[in-house]
Amino acid sequence: MPDRITLEVARYRPENESAISFQQYEVPCHKEWVVLDGLNYVKDQLDGTLTYRWSCRMGVCGSCGMNVNGEPKLTCATFLADYSPGPVRVEPMTNFPVIRDLVVEIGDFMRKLTEVKPWIVRKEEKPLSEGEYRQTPQELDEYKQFSMCINCLLCYAACPVYGLEPDFIGPAAIALAQRYNLDGRDEGASERLEILSQHEGIWGCTFVGECTKVCPKDVDPAGAIQRYKLSASLASLKRLLMPWSVP
Amino acid sequence: MCAVSASHDVVLVGGGGAGLRAAIAVAETNPRLSIAVVSKVYPMRSHTVSAEGGAAGAIRPDDSLDEHAYDTISGGDWLSDQDAVEAFVKEAPQELLRLERWGCPWSREPDGRIAVRPFGGMKKMRTWFAADKTGFHMLHTLFQTSLKYASVTRYDEWFVTKLLVDDGRVQGVVAIELMSGRIEAITARAVILCTGGCGRVFPFTTNANIKNGDGMALAYRAGAPLKDMEFVQYHPTGLPFTGILITEASRSEGGYLINKDGYRYLQDYGLGKPEAQPVFRSMELGPRDRLSQAFVKEVEKGRTIETPYGPVVHLDLRHLGEKIINTKLPFVRELCLKYQNIDPVKELIPVRPVAHYMMGGVHTDIDGATPLAGLYAAGEAACVSINGANRLGSNSLPELLVFGARAGRLAAEYASTRKDDPGPKLLAQAKDEERRLQALLGGNGGRERIATLREEMHKTMEESAGIYRSGDSLRQAVEAIGTLKERFAGVAIEDHSRTFNTERVAALELSFMLDVAEAIVSSAQRREESRGAHQRTDFPRRDDDRFLAHSLAYRSSDDSCRIEYLPVTITRWPPGERVYGR
Repeated sequence: MPDRITLEVARYRPENESAISFQQYEVPCHKEWVVLDGLNYVKDQLDGTLTYRWSCRMGVCGSCGMNVNGEPKLTCATFLADYSPGPVRVEPMTNFPVIRDLVVEIGDFMRKLTEVKPWIVRKEEKPLSEGEYRQTPQELDEYKQFSMCINCLLCYAACPVYGLEPDFIGPAAIALAQRYNLDGRDEGASERLEILSQHEGIWGCTFVGECTKVCPKDVDPAGAIQRYKLSASLASLKRLLMPWSVP
Repeated sequence: MCAVSASHDVVLVGGGGAGLRAAIAVAETNPRLSIAVVSKVYPMRSHTVSAEGGAAGAIRPDDSLDEHAYDTISGGDWLSDQDAVEAFVKEAPQELLRLERWGCPWSREPDGRIAVRPFGGMKKMRTWFAADKTGFHMLHTLFQTSLKYASVTRYDEWFVTKLLVDDGRVQGVVAIELMSGRIEAITARAVILCTGGCGRVFPFTTNANIKNGDGMALAYRAGAPLKDMEFVQYHPTGLPFTGILITEASRSEGGYLINKDGYRYLQDYGLGKPEAQPVFRSMELGPRDRLSQAFVKEVEKGRTIETPYGPVVHLDLRHLGEKIINTKLPFVRELCLKYQNIDPVKELIPVRPVAHYMMGGVHTDIDGATPLAGLYAAGEAACVSINGANRLGSNSLPELLVFGARAGRLAAEYASTRKDDPGPKLLAQAKDEERRLQALLGGNGGRERIATLREEMHKTMEESAGIYRSGDSLRQAVEAIGTLKERFAGVAIEDHSRTFNTERVAALELSFMLDVAEAIVSSAQRREESRGAHQRTDFPRRDDDRFLAHSLAYRSSDDSCRIEYLPVTITRWPPGERVYGR
């Protein structure tokens, strides 16, 4: 393994440039180093203007998603040596507006997340003095997988539907809606269904499953979307056939 | 002219666990108040996300609040304020239960009740957990729940550079919106600092890149004291090179710490006898300070394993079996596989102590109020103090809930009573700050590289303020940090762009860290005793006559650090011997 590797990094400085260009940097390629270590080396030693997000460096904060050789990846969990002898192409995640260099604008996701009401909805709540709601490990398992989403948005970068139909509420937001729908403590499923049904985009999802493939936390958003589609069709059928039964 | 972007009743600086809990508390105390959460990262990126093992709150019939209090106080080597600890243990289970209402996926017993696990330094099973991603689930639960409060306005990716103080009251902040580079004043009737810790002053840390002591430095510069800053927790089990935390839960589930001979070395350090099953307050379930100190002694005895990233010992989970590891410690397995290329089901995990947590922080009272009117603090950024000289594992997550909520309630009451508008002095201050920040972009001809200054700070802190310290090395460190602060005036910033300028942020963070580092080494130099996480080779004993007291670090007018002391509050547990393993 060569002890150095070339990064081809996408640069975009909106104040000076109208398009993305690529800049090459040679960085050490230690076996422990991840792509993010390479970027940090550039930032500290070679070029202080390189711009990207990162924080925890342990794959849980969700900040450092980028496209590495065309694939959406958490750069803190992607080893440089796996791309040896290089070069390694590092680009901002696709399907998002680029703010600068490797930093993308995620306001659209943040708005959609709020729209799906990702919180427990209940008509009444029992007082704290009565202790916890019982929830068996099996009941927990019903929604647990969908609660593992770290909002890294690799799934949006990979989603062909989101790329074409920006109105699509998207894999992570739907998975998080399902996370609450499937939680026995929640009573908000019908409210969320109303909201989700207003977005035509979901029917465009052809279950290519790219979102599930790139998810670094095995959330399986594609599975969530399929389950949602099923319950949405059932509900609209019901509405058609038995309008009095829908709250 | 620096624009006043907005005025709010309460501004939260930091959107992690403490900040979000405080924001919700403000919203629920007075729904008419306008609340701003100003965070340099999107809130769900905050470092609470990395907490793993759990959150302590006594709920089992065989447990009691007094036992939780005693464990906390003895764990903190009697430097905790006992009135604060009593309030903490009482409110912790309520807060954890409230999180259950908000949807936190706590791990459960087969019958559906909340499950609890043992933890270091705790005499009973009282640590609630969500597998080994407790902080992640708590943060996302809080963040998602906070989205339903319309009175909360978020300033995502805004970096606060200064507190605005007039007439002895904190009345707002100046912040940079990273995306646009706009510099604005956000005025407020009350400000709550919830910016977390400052692990990044050390080279080898579990802390995320964003943990630069921002809030501590903001308060310090505004005139509020920093309390007990000499007490830095080294977690005994970090992965070499990355510093990634391997949770204490791996030991509470039964993991062993062994040296190069396969020997459970903790038995040689007054921590009890090795048993096959974990024993409360014994061996691997001893407190973190004692375990990290034992590691240093093992290095001195030549009984550790050499690696390119320093000496290590081994954490052995193999006997737990794949099923327990997958259900109770899935993140440990994921981290080991992904970052160390090791499967803990079959292999030993190399670990070494790693800078993890600040017991010290912005001095607050039991309700989160600092001595500066209008300024509050909670979470790791604050020091109430419940943690004393050494925090017990799983006390920090309930702490940020209990004291985040308390600070939020008090700040809401304070803000509700004030009706005055910010005066012209405040805007003049904001304008000065804007000028300073703009100048950083102008290219001041400085030659000092950020990375170089940061490395030198790291080296100084590791050599002087590590697990063992001495008067000589601390004296040199105070000087060295002072010199670095002078050199910082010539810092070079290559990036002149206003758009998402992370280099300017890094420079400002470095300057925050230098202030915090100075407070740490100055406080450590003055404390001539050994207590909890502060071990002085030249003063190896605890000295209650001189130092049963909190240190308070104030910034002097000449920018040096002045230390004063404040007595510890003792209610029912007079200082005694810390006994583990028997």
